[in-house]
Amino acid sequence: MNTIALVGNPNSGKTTLFNALTGTNQHVGNWPGVTVEKKEGTLNFKGKKYNIVDLPGTYSLGAYSEDEVVARDFIMKDDPDIVINVVDATNIERNLYLTTQLLEMGTKVIIALNMMDEAKEKNISIDIKKLSKELGVPVIATVASKKNGIDDLIKEAIDFMGREKTSQNKIDYGKDIDLEINRLKEVIENSNLNTGYPAEWVAIKLLEGDEYISKIIDKNILNIAQESSDTIAVAAMEPELIIVDKRYEFIGNIVNKAVKKPKEEVITKSDKIDKVLTHKWFGLPIFALIMLAVYQLTFAIGEDILQEGLNAGMEALTEAIEGFLINVNAPELLTAFITDGILGGVGAVVEFVPLIMVLYLLLGILEDSGYMARAAYVMDRIMRSVGLHGKTFISMLVGVGCNVPGIMATRTLDSKKDRMIAILINPFISCGARLPIYLVFISAFFPKHKALILFSIYAFGFLVAIIMGKIFSKTLFEGESSYFVMELPPYRVPTLKGTLLNMWDKVSSFLKRAGTVIFAVVTVLWILSVLPYGVEPYSEASILGKIGSFIAPIFKPAGFGTWQASVGLFAGIVAKEAVVATLGMVYAGVEEGAKLISAVQGAFTPLSAISFMAMTLLYTPCAAVIGTVKRETNSTKWATFTALYTFAIGWIVSVLIFQIGRLFGLS
Amino acid sequence: MNNMPLSFFSTGEKGTVENILGGEKVSKRLYEMGFNKGTEVKVMKNDAGPIIVSLSGYKIALGRGLAQKILINKQ
Ligand SMILES: Nc1nc2c(ncn2[C@@H]2O[C@H](COP(=O)(O)OP(=O)(O)OP(=O)(O)O)[C@@H](O)[C@H]2O)c(=O)[nH]1
Ligand SMILES: [Mg+2]
Repeated sequence: MNTIALVGNPNSGKTTLFNALTGTNQHVGNWPGVTVEKKEGTLNFKGKKYNIVDLPGTYSLGAYSEDEVVARDFIMKDDPDIVINVVDATNIERNLYLTTQLLEMGTKVIIALNMMDEAKEKNISIDIKKLSKELGVPVIATVASKKNGIDDLIKEAIDFMGREKTSQNKIDYGKDIDLEINRLKEVIENSNLNTGYPAEWVAIKLLEGDEYISKIIDKNILNIAQESSDTIAVAAMEPELIIVDKRYEFIGNIVNKAVKKPKEEVITKSDKIDKVLTHKWFGLPIFALIMLAVYQLTFAIGEDILQEGLNAGMEALTEAIEGFLINVNAPELLTAFITDGILGGVGAVVEFVPLIMVLYLLLGILEDSGYMARAAYVMDRIMRSVGLHGKTFISMLVGVGCNVPGIMATRTLDSKKDRMIAILINPFISCGARLPIYLVFISAFFPKHKALILFSIYAFGFLVAIIMGKIFSKTLFEGESSYFVMELPPYRVPTLKGTLLNMWDKVSSFLKRAGTVIFAVVTVLWILSVLPYGVEPYSEASILGKIGSFIAPIFKPAGFGTWQASVGLFAGIVAKEAVVATLGMVYAGVEEGAKLISAVQGAFTPLSAISFMAMTLLYTPCAAVIGTVKRETNSTKWATFTALYTFAIGWIVSVLIFQIGRLFGLS
Repeated sequence: MNNMPLSFFSTGEKGTVENILGGEKVSKRLYEMGFNKGTEVKVMKNDAGPIIVSLSGYKIALGRGLAQKILINKQ
């Protein structure tokens, strides 16, 4: 199967194009750095299959951060049959920089000139034929988000794969550099080294100080390259900077011929919106208000409208199933498993789907609008004051959905120190799976201030995260935090289809987890709760009860030293939804038909509810997150550290809450 | 010459990139992101927090430390 790779600057529309080509639904968002890993899919065209690869965005092949390394490694090592270079037509100069690097490498490149709708709006006119001729590669105009130009692009790409490249204009690097390029080229050609790349290109890369090429080349050549660099630096300036300069010069000439832009710079809508949203004083309060509004709306729409309906449906379903089980005279144990385990346990999680749906929908709208990058911008001051990199906040916002992609999003951080800290503190950002826990406890104890309490929980998690960040940056990791540069994409109106698909993607994976992982956990725990044979089910005497009672004393000072709460927390390490599922199951069996919420009201007090919520917010993240920490840090040590220190923080904080609360006479 | 660090520019002022001081890696990164010599830069916002500049309509936020290293030729 032929491989077609999508390469381009961040936020140029690669994933949108990937989805259009493969008919999949990979994550698209209006901020740079959405895609941080390689994604593959299949294109079916005229009875043939093609392997399409979506890559993280990158400005160059220099690969400064981990996500860029993924892109570069694929382009250089995996040798795709053709590269579709996605170029943002509204920002053509900078986007073509990467193009020149691809062309120099000798890769077969076809350009998807994307965002043509926005270019038109900005009165940028591009002579596509001329552009194609000057660059020496096919150029196809596209609007990926509207699926315009996709067919032409596919046809041209496939056609080009079977065709020889036409000769391309070479970049004139000037006398000083050309002399050294030729010298190095000869040295490389005469050595018996086979890099698989054109010798001239390797020579340029060496002068550019390219890390990857330097690693695979032999030491002698590297020394000669260093001499060449020094010679150039003495005669003119650092060769890498001249090379970059000359590439831009080359691009400038082409753009002058093929692109016409309006002379007058206009104040765009984005500029006006930014005046308000990134305002010196109002920026932060506006962000807080937006988040608060998100939670208000979540309850208003999700609970008051949607959940009512779902609950009625669930109750009817429960009754129908129970009636059926009695009718067919099902064995008592099977009935208990289905009503208490499945309906009481898994059902308690599923019950919150409407709320989660609305929350994800709203967050998705924010993400597609372009506000993400602004939120990171206004938070930068706070982040910086505690020694964190501003982009850490983006990984935190992603973590609100789930900490696994949140931790992966740290790949865009350039410095190792910034990235390690961002990884270690991400678990404190509350994910969607923890939401059902708060929803149960908030409904049980604080029904009057739902949105405010929920907002406070997230804010508290953020606070703990930045405090830990500060501590880590002072103690565990040496070095400076790296510089902050971030593109602020233009605001875009989210499309209904895109937003709904995004939401569905998350909700369906939530449901899938409920049906698999949570179901499995509940099944195991249910079995443990009715064993040994003949024991009173869901009692302290069951195996599950004994395990819980054994752990419970640890949590006594925090106010929730019951075996049920202990077992719930324990199960939560497998997956956070399991906390609610477990409580739902163990309480469902005790009182016939007792709803989880009323059971919780009996077993907790308002104060212990708060300390329990703090514990579930902060303690050991789920197994998937720990696995991700291990993978991204490449170290079992840090994964273990994460699991343990978060538990300690969670325990300490919940004990403090409970004990201090009691001192103040709360209960 | 009229060269000043970007951080000294106020909102609305324009200039062209003259030079980037500091490590080669940082300079190259910035060049590759569009801050190459001669590029026109317009300061969209410079009050508190990172500076926002526009490079031919494209907005980039830059930390203050970094903005100090970018020398701009004022127009
Ligand atoms: N107006 C317009 N918007 C587009 C077009 N193509 C993509 N977009 C939008 O541009 C934004 C970025 O799209 P993505 O597909 O996520 O970009 P990407 O290149 O994969 O970005 P990274 O993964 O961050 O590198 C999204 O908001 C898209 O909806 C287009 O042709 N026209
Ligand atoms: Mg992408």
